[in-house]
Amino acid sequence: MKRIISILLENESGALSRVVGLFSQRGYNIDTLTVAPTDDDTLSRLTLTTQGDDQMAEQIVKQLHKLIDTIKVVDLTVGSHIERELMLVKIKAADHDIRAELKSCVDIFRGAIVDVTPHSYTVQLAGDSEKLDAFIEAVCEIGIMEVVRSGVSGISRGDKFLRV
Amino acid sequence: MELLSGGDILIRALKDAGVKDVWGYPGGAALHIYDALYRQDDVFHILVRHEQAAVHAADGFSRATGEVGTALVTSGPGATNAITGIATAYMDSIPMVVISGQVPLTKIGQDAFQETDMVGVSRPIVKHSFLVTRAEDIAETIAKAYYIASTGRPGPVVVDIPKDVTDPSYKVPYHWPAETTMRSYQPTDKGHRGQIKRAVKTLIKAKRPVIYTGGGIVIDNAAPHLIALAQKLNFPVTNTLMGLGGYPGTDRQYLGMLGMHGTYEANTAMHHADVIFAVGARFDDRVTNDLEKFCPHATIIHIDVDPTTVSKNIEAHIPIVGTCTSVLTEMLTIADQLDIESDAEALGEWWQQIDQWRADKGIYTQPRYEPSEGTLIKPQDVIKMLYKITNGEAIVTSDVGQHQMFAAQYYLFDEPRMWINSGGLGTMGFGLPAAMGCKRAFPEKDVACVTGEGSIQMCIQELSTCTQHNLPVKIINLNNAALGMVRQWQDMNYSSRYSESVYEDSLPDFVKLAEAYGHVGMKVTHIDELEEKMRECFAMQDRTVFMDICVDRSEHVYPMQMPGGSMRDLWLNKTERT
Ligand SMILES: Cc1ncc(C[n+]2csc(CCOP(=O)(O)OP(=O)(O)O)c2C)c(N)n1
Ligand SMILES: [Mg+2]
Repeated sequence: MKRIISILLENESGALSRVVGLFSQRGYNIDTLTVAPTDDDTLSRLTLTTQGDDQMAEQIVKQLHKLIDTIKVVDLTVGSHIERELMLVKIKAADHDIRAELKSCVDIFRGAIVDVTPHSYTVQLAGDSEKLDAFIEAVCEIGIMEVVRSGVSGISRGDKFLRV
Repeated sequence: MELLSGGDILIRALKDAGVKDVWGYPGGAALHIYDALYRQDDVFHILVRHEQAAVHAADGFSRATGEVGTALVTSGPGATNAITGIATAYMDSIPMVVISGQVPLTKIGQDAFQETDMVGVSRPIVKHSFLVTRAEDIAETIAKAYYIASTGRPGPVVVDIPKDVTDPSYKVPYHWPAETTMRSYQPTDKGHRGQIKRAVKTLIKAKRPVIYTGGGIVIDNAAPHLIALAQKLNFPVTNTLMGLGGYPGTDRQYLGMLGMHGTYEANTAMHHADVIFAVGARFDDRVTNDLEKFCPHATIIHIDVDPTTVSKNIEAHIPIVGTCTSVLTEMLTIADQLDIESDAEALGEWWQQIDQWRADKGIYTQPRYEPSEGTLIKPQDVIKMLYKITNGEAIVTSDVGQHQMFAAQYYLFDEPRMWINSGGLGTMGFGLPAAMGCKRAFPEKDVACVTGEGSIQMCIQELSTCTQHNLPVKIINLNNAALGMVRQWQDMNYSSRYSESVYEDSLPDFVKLAEAYGHVGMKVTHIDELEEKMRECFAMQDRTVFMDICVDRSEHVYPMQMPGGSMRDLWLNKTERT
């Protein structure tokens, strides 16, 4: 099962490498990883996704928590949550019909065309990972030149929040 | 306010952290620090002969005293030489601070001379690490390092200090923090009260209980609490290799060590238990054997200070996260309050059964190895002699191999912190430097290093440190002229094809070697001279003595769990199995 794990981390040198190192050291996979400072610049917020059953997820959360630099760790998948990922895709678009088809596809997925050349469109799309996968599926026949995904960011629904 | 250089700040901070001894080895990136050491008298430095030994010695000191050990090394090769020692301490949760010099900040990343990314290299084997980038941060970092190393589940902390941070010409005010708190690190102390109550009730109802304890009891100084609870309940107790001495080895309720080379009675009792009470132990693979077949009838209560340990290998029915001392204390109080009697009749039957196992196949009721033939010395008999001559009161360090298991089986430790060995990593070379650390901590006690001719050669250079710093340890070398434990596996699994486990005629003359370092060397080949020679050895209180004892090389360590079996599936000797 896919797990989205959120971590509040001290914004210290080496902190991120400890998180990443933990995964390789213990044989867990990281599917996606995003990290950036928060409104409090002493903190980084990190979201990572991995696969695992309940027991494994519990071990991962406990192991992450054990790292000295982690302040809070939650498995967002345990409760209801919002998941977003940003994707930029460069797609071959030289011919008029294809341009039209792409344009409507982008509209259906509520994306935006953010760069245009005579040969290509660059599309921006945000949503959960399944939606991004579906878009790729939809346009892959047309000819994808490049895909960049940000990795998942997540936040819990409701009034609960992750803060120091 | 007084202004100090980074080097002076470091030494002052060590003093304020309560450090008396630093084990180390100098080099370019650490020279400002060594100069600061030279100009003061508060912190004493012990020069070893290899950085691995500095870390093992600090580790031995820590295991014997419970205090945080301290090692100091230079950058590059100094730092990488320390790695085996750090990994050893990490696996056994030993509180330790390792300070490494680093190339100047201005050179980091340039492949400078003797540059190694110490924080990176040590990352998987430390509890935490710091790279200090300003002289102003040294004192606070040292305070944090000692705090982290010694609290929660203890472990080694690396503090990497670039050379320009200790520059003698740059001086800043010294400030030692009165208190260390960290928002990201708040170790649990007390366990969940409801869970503790459930645990007590489960224990009281148990019919075939076993208390299984590990290094956590020793580390947390929880032995008195364990003894009180075990004796109040009249439950049998078994210790892991790391937990020996956590419960008195000569007590009637003690079943001996459990696990791969554990006793028949301990392993069999575990297998049949209806309640297993694990305290400060981690269900290591050297204990459990095949997890699928592990203790099929047992309700598992597990206390550990580290949440990741609980339910990692074996699912605990009643998990309790907290220190052994605090949880056991609370359990005792609750047991006193609850007006429930334990099942005396069931326990009586259980004890009868256990005593039967002991009588039938225990290693303490009668020798289970072939008695010595002619003049040949059995390794087990050497340990029994050591026990006799030191009245069971020596601090015993060991290396890794058959000798280690014989020592663990036959020297009965009545107190914690007397058995000092590398359990988790199994580091050959640990014994002698660890013994130095113990001797430094307890100069008045006998310190014996039980070793093999293989292991001792991995840190033999420390005989020179013993000379320089007057550390009169006793080296008990069970010389079977082979990497005995490797040979045993080759006997059992590879039709006695002794691939690279023998040295032909290349072993040194250990007597001459000891003498070359200024020590006393003794060779013992005849069973009849063992007692006298060993008495002579321990009578020389202020001398380091190397006893090279030729033992029967065909001897195997038994019992031994059968791979893929349950706890009770054991080889009892070369031909007999359960
Ligand atoms: C540093 C290191 N290298 C290799 C091993 C693997 N190993 C375990 S026991 C052993 C043999 C030890 O020989 P010796 O010290 O003579 O002890 P004996 O088993 O003969 O008593 C070896 C090679 C180890 N534990 N540590
Ligand atoms: Mg040997």
